[in-house]
Amino acid sequence: MRRPWLFYTQLAFTLSVCAFLIVPVIMSMLAGVTQNFFIGIKSGVTPRWVFEVWDLYSETIYLSLLIAVTCLLVTLVLGVPTAYVLAKKSGRAARVIEEILVLPVAVPGLAIALALIVSYGGFRDFRGSWAFILVGHVLYTLPFMVRSVLAVLSSIDFKTLEEGAASLGAGFWPRFFGVVLPNIRSGILAGSLMVVTLSIGEFNLTWMLSTPLTKTLPVGLADSYASMRLEIGSAYTLVFLIMIVPLLVAMQILGSPTKRVAKVETDGDGSKPASMTGSRIDD
Amino acid sequence: MTDHGTAIRLEACAKTFANGVRALAPLALEIAGGETVVLLGPSGCGKTTTLRIIAGLEVPDPGGRVLFDEDDVTVLPIEERNIGMVFQSYALFPNMSVRANIAYGLRVRRLDRNAIDARVDEMMAMMDIAELAHRRIDQLSGGQSQRVALARAIAVRPRVLLLDEPLTALDAFLRTRLRVEIDRLLRGLGITAVYVTHDQAEAMSLGDRIVVMNEGRVAQVGTPRDIYYRPATDFVADFIGTINRIRGVVRGDRVECRAGHLPWSAGGGGEIEVLFRPEDVTITAPDDAHLTGRVVSSFFLGDRTKLILEGFDGREVVIETTDRREFGPGTEVAFRVDADALISLKG
Repeated sequence: MRRPWLFYTQLAFTLSVCAFLIVPVIMSMLAGVTQNFFIGIKSGVTPRWVFEVWDLYSETIYLSLLIAVTCLLVTLVLGVPTAYVLAKKSGRAARVIEEILVLPVAVPGLAIALALIVSYGGFRDFRGSWAFILVGHVLYTLPFMVRSVLAVLSSIDFKTLEEGAASLGAGFWPRFFGVVLPNIRSGILAGSLMVVTLSIGEFNLTWMLSTPLTKTLPVGLADSYASMRLEIGSAYTLVFLIMIVPLLVAMQILGSPTKRVAKVETDGDGSKPASMTGSRIDD
Repeated sequence: MTDHGTAIRLEACAKTFANGVRALAPLALEIAGGETVVLLGPSGCGKTTTLRIIAGLEVPDPGGRVLFDEDDVTVLPIEERNIGMVFQSYALFPNMSVRANIAYGLRVRRLDRNAIDARVDEMMAMMDIAELAHRRIDQLSGGQSQRVALARAIAVRPRVLLLDEPLTALDAFLRTRLRVEIDRLLRGLGITAVYVTHDQAEAMSLGDRIVVMNEGRVAQVGTPRDIYYRPATDFVADFIGTINRIRGVVRGDRVECRAGHLPWSAGGGGEIEVLFRPEDVTITAPDDAHLTGRVVSSFFLGDRTKLILEGFDGREVVIETTDRREFGPGTEVAFRVDADALISLKG
């Protein structure tokens, strides 16, 4: 079968864009395992730089993970109830709050960091602890959690579900934990992955908020690029990718959180063809 | 289930929403134990608000009271009223299986496991859905979903059962079918039921009594026959079934009108509007007839033929006949109207 020239043009274009995006990543990863980058890959492959990174920077990796997990817990506790309340209120105030919540995403990280330092920098112990970075991360990631949960909440008729549960005798807490939360699980999961990924990779804010004793992975990365051999910086990138890629893949697999929910919704509203065939078979 | 269901009494229940919209004018309604009352009306008439006040999902404006038997439940939230509710959108929990959905209310009431299992089995057998026990909610058809929803609502042995347009989301075939099932169920249980619908056929076939509502007020309360044969207002007459209107002048024992005359025994005089249903006419020979009209369109429905006639002071008249003849457009049709079937709203 002959394919038209248009197909090959498009294919070539797509492939070159892919190459443009992916070649630097591969180069960087290769550099991280090359004996001597200036000689090239023929100088031999070694895990030496990766080990060296581990010796020099394992602290930053642990701190990044600690901050990411704590940030996740905080955004869960703050973000899920916030999204729930926002979804429940239909007034203008709720919509305004929704918009304000997105502000930290639009404002440059450096500006947020500066604001935090101006406000709380005077508390020396707080300024010097990783909790200071955590505050910045929570500010920055909370909107993503709220948005993600809100998207699922507005795609399911959770108010009627709650009314159903209430009519069966369930008070607020059993309703919230037994009916609302399980049905917005996909949104919570998607939001969680987003928060963890963003927190691990965040540099702008973190660079300003960090101290020499509280360096996270991306800050360490900048440090190693500035002051170490190129191979070490590249090996560091490799370590970072190994941590972050599984998270990104998981995010993709979970996909759009609305996909499964949307299906439930159409069936719930009694799509006519489905109910016809269903009843003919089963009744 | 008790033999005599819980009676419901609404006293001066009005509802004004936060945005100032008055959804319901003060309403008084008594529903006897075990009775099935249908709230019927077009959308926005206040029927759903009334149901939600009975359920406890809305609180009536100050001064209104809701009583279950002699218990004042006005301020009780829905979860403490021990009601069963069935929603148009079913409101089944997608995170649970069919079985877990039906068991939910029993689990909330902390019944022991054996009691829950026994009751759920009984419900599934009653609703004929045993084979769906382990299905997920998104694997059910509309009809199956509503059966599960009914089973779930009844499982907790509620004092009253509230149904909010339960069949509206289904296609016509299933609607008729489930209507019969719901009728049997309600009579079998002897439970007090309040059923909201905008479908008059549903209202007529299910209700012991029908409350016709319009614009936040009760237009008429009565048995299906009362409502159909003796509509109290123009709105009720037009909303339920098809009705014809003929203007004329009372002269002794007849009403004279453009297309002939109608028998009249109620006396009075002057201008009058007389109403009758399409099925209360008989096609006869012209010299024997009350009225004569010309066929505009004719629909053969199998068991009867529906004719739309013109020639009556501007308005068309619809009649139904079991006559097997074919009446083409333009045919003159002469007919009699049963004297008992004539309705006058301003007489």
